[in-house]
Amino acid sequence: MAELLQFVSSGLTVGAIYALVGLGFTLIYKASDIINFAQGEFVMLGGMMTVFVAMADVPLPVAALIAAIVTAGVGLALHRFAIEPARGASPVVLIMITIGASIFLRGIAQIVFDKRFHSLPPLFGSDPIQFGGAAILPQSLAVLGGAAFIVILLWLFIERTLLGKAVIATSANRLAARLIGIDTRQIVDFSFVVSAVIGAIAGILITPIALTSYDVGTLLALKGFAAAMLGGIGSAPGAVVGGLLLGMIEAMTAGYLSSNYKDAVAFLIILIVLIAIPQGLFGRAKIERV
Amino acid sequence: MSLRALLDNRLMPAIAIAAIVIILPLFFPSAYYYRIGALVFIFALAVVGLNLLMGFAGQVSLGHAGFMGIGAYSVAIGPVAFGAPSWLCLFAGAILSGTVAFAVGRPILRLKGHYLAVATLGFGLLVAIVLTNEAGWTGGPDGMSVPKLALFEWRVRGSDAWYWIAGTTFVVGFVLALNLMDSPTGRALHAIHDSEIAARVLGIDVARKKLTVFVISATYASVAGSYLALFNGHITPDSAGFLRSIELVAMVVLGGMGSIVGSLVGAAVLVVLPQVLTTFHEYEQALLGLIVMGFMIFLRQGIVPSIAAVFARWRK
Repeated sequence: MAELLQFVSSGLTVGAIYALVGLGFTLIYKASDIINFAQGEFVMLGGMMTVFVAMADVPLPVAALIAAIVTAGVGLALHRFAIEPARGASPVVLIMITIGASIFLRGIAQIVFDKRFHSLPPLFGSDPIQFGGAAILPQSLAVLGGAAFIVILLWLFIERTLLGKAVIATSANRLAARLIGIDTRQIVDFSFVVSAVIGAIAGILITPIALTSYDVGTLLALKGFAAAMLGGIGSAPGAVVGGLLLGMIEAMTAGYLSSNYKDAVAFLIILIVLIAIPQGLFGRAKIERV
Repeated sequence: MSLRALLDNRLMPAIAIAAIVIILPLFFPSAYYYRIGALVFIFALAVVGLNLLMGFAGQVSLGHAGFMGIGAYSVAIGPVAFGAPSWLCLFAGAILSGTVAFAVGRPILRLKGHYLAVATLGFGLLVAIVLTNEAGWTGGPDGMSVPKLALFEWRVRGSDAWYWIAGTTFVVGFVLALNLMDSPTGRALHAIHDSEIAARVLGIDVARKKLTVFVISATYASVAGSYLALFNGHITPDSAGFLRSIELVAMVVLGGMGSIVGSLVGAAVLVVLPQVLTTFHEYEQALLGLIVMGFMIFLRQGIVPSIAAVFARWRK
């Protein structure tokens, strides 16, 4: 029982990060139909930048804030200078641009920062909390709490504000949205900025547990993408559930079967789910008009 | 035969490519250039296969390095574990890849767009994970050395020998791909690319045609993987990894989806570019990313189709 609890807590922690990355994918996809493979780089930038700004004797919260703001700027620049000029290109070309951007950001990160692993001090100390025989890191709770806070904030924003409604309108029908006076370019700008910030926060939250380096982005992008697809691309609740599910499967496999094959089992399950439900868990089946 | 008829010949691109393969070494100052040339043709072979799938049938694969990995480890494990000759293992690997593609392709090719992308990505990762973890067979993450290819009494070594083998195989693969595109299957694939529903209405067995091209492209990748392993003499699970899959897709898109000549150009750019960029040391990755982005933004049809379009306008 204690064992199970331990695995659940680590699964949820990792899963929350996957969920945040998946949410970043979803947001950009909803606003622009683009799969942004540089999403993992936002996570890396958030963690790395906080580490390096904090090294210059800046208090941690300020460092985190600076990291989030700079990452937001990177997200905006990515849209303005790389995605916008290629408007109307085929989806594969747009994906290649985001992959090029992620290689570029990784390259810049290893020059500006370095190639070593870094960590951050945990938010609420490092003494594990004993709970039902399992030792839970306070930082795990910070990750879960932070992720839940972001999800709720995002939901409130989308459902309750005018700008949020404009995002929904844009994702439903871009042309119609433009016709009723929504600046869809601004909406996409905005979705890149918010995705970048979500990624940066995920990076800051997970760094005390999982360490960070210039190349952590690729794997996170992969997992986040898989989580978003598992939930059904374009569905925000789907991304959250997909992320948590992916984290849990990994933790359970690592705990009970083999830690070498945790990624294998995770992807095997994703394959099976997609074959059984081709539009993901929460995705709407696409009806093709002829 | 008049010059005109010769130029309009269907095999003209193949003849031109063969000429390039033969003439290029005249300008090679050292063995290093043969090495780069061999790498270009080996990758181009895999890219032609992937282009058949992506450019002609319109199906994405983010896991094609998995098939390269199967080919690579076939020629590495076969001779060591079973004492089989390398060339036989190469064929066995190709058949194995085709069979795996057949088995995996049937369910996952039903998926569309990004769902297909994540499914193929998952497949590629599974292959890489198995190769990493079954250390008893594969040497684990450090990889294993690959016995040299021996054809009868001739032990193939040296970059120039590999240049000719890879170049010849590429020309053969190129001609086969051209012929496939001109066959009923090729035309059916074109129809599927434009509209799957329309193709089905026309009586095309969409699932079957997709599966056919998936198996063919897996076989191309497998042969290329075997060559790469035999040529380098050493392989690691990275050769089946996600980044390698992305590299292959980048080559297809960069050269031009649906352009078989583009496959060669795309492979050449992405093999040669990192070699050139090593002079920039730590800026290498940043520049590579920047160049990939630049190509995709300004030549979004891919290099060859974009140039062809300019050329066509100019002729008018």
